Amino acid sequence: MQSTISFRLNGKPIQIRTDPDRSLLWVLRCDLGLTGTKFGCGAGLCGACTVVVEKEAVRACATSVGSVRNKQVLTIEGLSRNGRLHPIQQAFLEQHAFQCGFCTPGMIMNAYALLLRNPQATREEIIRAMDDNLCRCGSHPRIVEAIEQAARTMRAGGAR
Amino acid sequence: MKPEASQLTRRDILAAPGLLILIPLEELLGTQEPARLPQRPAYPEDFNAYLRIAPDGRVTCYVGKVELGQGAMTALAQLLAEELDVALDAVTMVMGDTESCPWDMGTFGSLSVRQFGPVLRAAGARARAVLLEMAAERLNAPAGKLEVSEGVVRDPVSGRRISYGELVQGKRIERRLDQAPLKTPGSFRVIGRSPQRKDALEKVTGRARYAGDIRLPGMLHARILRPPAHGARLERVDTSAAEKVPGVRLIRDGELIAVLHEQRDVAERALGMIRAEWGRAPETPDPETIFEHLLRTAPPLRGVHEAGSLEEGARLSKDIVEARYLNGYVAHAALETHSATAHVEGDKATVWAGTQTPFPLRQQVAQALGLPQQNVRIITTYVGGGFGGKSASRQAIEAARLSKLAGRPVQVVWDRSEEFFFDTFRPAAVVRVRAGLDGAGRMVLWEFDVYGAGDREARQFYDIPHQRTRSAGGWSGGNPPGMHPFAVGPWRAPSVNTNTFARESHVDTLASRLRVDPVEFRLRHLSDPRMRRVLEAAAARFGWKPAPAPSGRGVGVSCALYLGTYVAVMAEVAVDKATGRVQVRRVVCAQDQGLVVNPDGSRQQIEGGIMMGLGYALTEEVRFRGGHVLDHNFDTYAIPRFSWMPRIEAVLLDNPEAPASGCGEPPIVNMGAALANAVHDALGVRLLRLPMTPERIREALRKA
Ligand code: FES
Ligand code: FES
Repeated sequence: MQSTISFRLNGKPIQIRTDPDRSLLWVLRCDLGLTGTKFGCGAGLCGACTVVVEKEAVRACATSVGSVRNKQVLTIEGLSRNGRLHPIQQAFLEQHAFQCGFCTPGMIMNAYALLLRNPQATREEIIRAMDDNLCRCGSHPRIVEAIEQAARTMRAGGAR
Repeated sequence: MKPEASQLTRRDILAAPGLLILIPLEELLGTQEPARLPQRPAYPEDFNAYLRIAPDGRVTCYVGKVELGQGAMTALAQLLAEELDVALDAVTMVMGDTESCPWDMGTFGSLSVRQFGPVLRAAGARARAVLLEMAAERLNAPAGKLEVSEGVVRDPVSGRRISYGELVQGKRIERRLDQAPLKTPGSFRVIGRSPQRKDALEKVTGRARYAGDIRLPGMLHARILRPPAHGARLERVDTSAAEKVPGVRLIRDGELIAVLHEQRDVAERALGMIRAEWGRAPETPDPETIFEHLLRTAPPLRGVHEAGSLEEGARLSKDIVEARYLNGYVAHAALETHSATAHVEGDKATVWAGTQTPFPLRQQVAQALGLPQQNVRIITTYVGGGFGGKSASRQAIEAARLSKLAGRPVQVVWDRSEEFFFDTFRPAAVVRVRAGLDGAGRMVLWEFDVYGAGDREARQFYDIPHQRTRSAGGWSGGNPPGMHPFAVGPWRAPSVNTNTFARESHVDTLASRLRVDPVEFRLRHLSDPRMRRVLEAAAARFGWKPAPAPSGRGVGVSCALYLGTYVAVMAEVAVDKATGRVQVRRVVCAQDQGLVVNPDGSRQQIEGGIMMGLGYALTEEVRFRGGHVLDHNFDTYAIPRFSWMPRIEAVLLDNPEAPASGCGEPPIVNMGAALANAVHDALGVRLLRLPMTPERIREALRKA
């Protein structure tokens, strides 16, 4: 059943005509050409497809595009502004908190939602919040370091 | 960047102005794994450039290796920038494009830096020498007196300078690789440093392109009908409902049945509408009976190494200990599933693939399409994790066939279930070990027979006078049909995780019987100074307090040699006796890999190897029954997570005079034994089978 769906994507209003039951992941990747959001499992189990909807981290593979109607959707492509990396991206870059990089967009978006919700997140809270995001390369120690670093930067005024 | 226009063709590179350094075939072959060489195609005589310096001063390096996440793009660029005396940023790496890069067998075996590095350095040194000669003429000064920095040659006497770019302006110079002196470690500026990774910016912004991120006009996503089990044949199929989905194209070519659509999820839905009936799959062993099956079906044992006399060893032994070590099949489970995008136009094919073996793949695609090899171009994108699993690239052949049939670009991205189904698993294996101690507490007898895993690093490195190592079957093929019921293949440090688990568990058992500290026991049998040094370094960092095991503390040690790299691991675990759950608290890994090109990159590999190694040691084992792979996703196949993370400490031993020996694989190989030894130290029971799941630990405690 086709219908017209409007939402804000990375700060810009967009409108598409499609079946509202389709998953947000494939609408982003196929219809809108935003390939930064990754497919890793298709079943809500890996977090590679994590995007932020209205300040909450969601799994785009398990989210229908109809459910984001009139909402704000943020993907990895929308995180840096005016060519400046977000502090979380900057910290991932400096810590080399990736190897193959395939989990990275999902990790960054999940961390973004975590720090919005809890700017004071402790190491334990970071580990708990990130636990359902999988990384096969074993970048975990650096990802935790990077999120801690970003949290410090953002608290010191680098936040947006 | 348009993918089609992203890279130049061979002809473009050859014709363009600049300095081109060519490397003779023989030099190249020296960088390959000899066992795999028979696979190599007739080498194109015309072209094997490694390095080009353009009039704008940019250096482009063409290599057949690929970036899997291991950091090869950065480390290889460092080697080149060092010898050439240019800034790292001036170097662009073109990797794994069969059109512009010289033939390479594939990216595995931690070979990229180990064997390829010296050639690349030589190419850089040669280019620098050629440029200096040219500069000497232009500046009218002896080449030996000139200085170079960041691609600019300077005459310190006159103060005149000229850049590499200016030197090659308007010229086309071609040189073959020749001897040129390499720099010595003392004068390194780029080697031994940890610059920002070249792939960093693209990877943190989501701009890094993987094979499933390619978007071409008119491209269709394909979902392919799969059997429920290996060996099941299609008996009846009804595709009518799927074909009614608007925009769907159904393609059938023999066994290959696929639905294609512009949106992958719609193709997926249509696939679900196909009604297929499959025949029964043949019976296969299961995860419990597989070990007897391996022993029964393995080819005869082949000698790997022998010294002294086993009879004499047995005669000298006062205590002989035998054990059988087991491990199951393990999946690669890279986060990116096998992905490829193919565009076949007429008699030409271009395939963007997440692959570890672009050149062998070119041959396979050419064969599948009935095209000559030179009409097929494989472009390797970033690869979202390989670990050996993307040495096989079936998905790319599927994409190519479908593109040819559909007459449009086609993308194939496997789902997680296909990934588990078609993976080339790390083989299940049995290792039988028999070892003897003499009256003075020395190992005098060692018999090691490995079935199913392969013989890499199976040979003993502790000093034991009477020993024999044999092997039957393995990961690299040549197994009797049906021995491994699934495809098996290289899995990060192939054979060596299995062989190290068996050897180091058994050595610990012997130490424990003597009531001798396991580190002390190992040192007594080690004369190789590099191995002693890594073990002592690990002990120092860990704060190892000597005590015989089991001490109740939950600490364990393991040592290994992997293709020239020495590595020792110490671990501390806490085991919950009620649940059988193991939490790894701390892991120290000391490594001597010879020259360290990029220390931070090596640390990343150590951290990654330790994290990944927790999986095969504690949870990972593929479940199967009658040709069915029962694991379909990460809900039942548990890979390591943040909450499993121990404190990890990496100690890199400085050894710049020894050649770089690779670091992508060695750090993982000790994890099985170090954790099994730590669990034994904690509980007093020894697990002889990996993974050490909570059930198996509880069972071992019940039996104790
Ligand atoms: S792809 Fe959505 S959670 Fe894995
Ligand atoms: S960096 Fe490869 S999966 Fe995380």
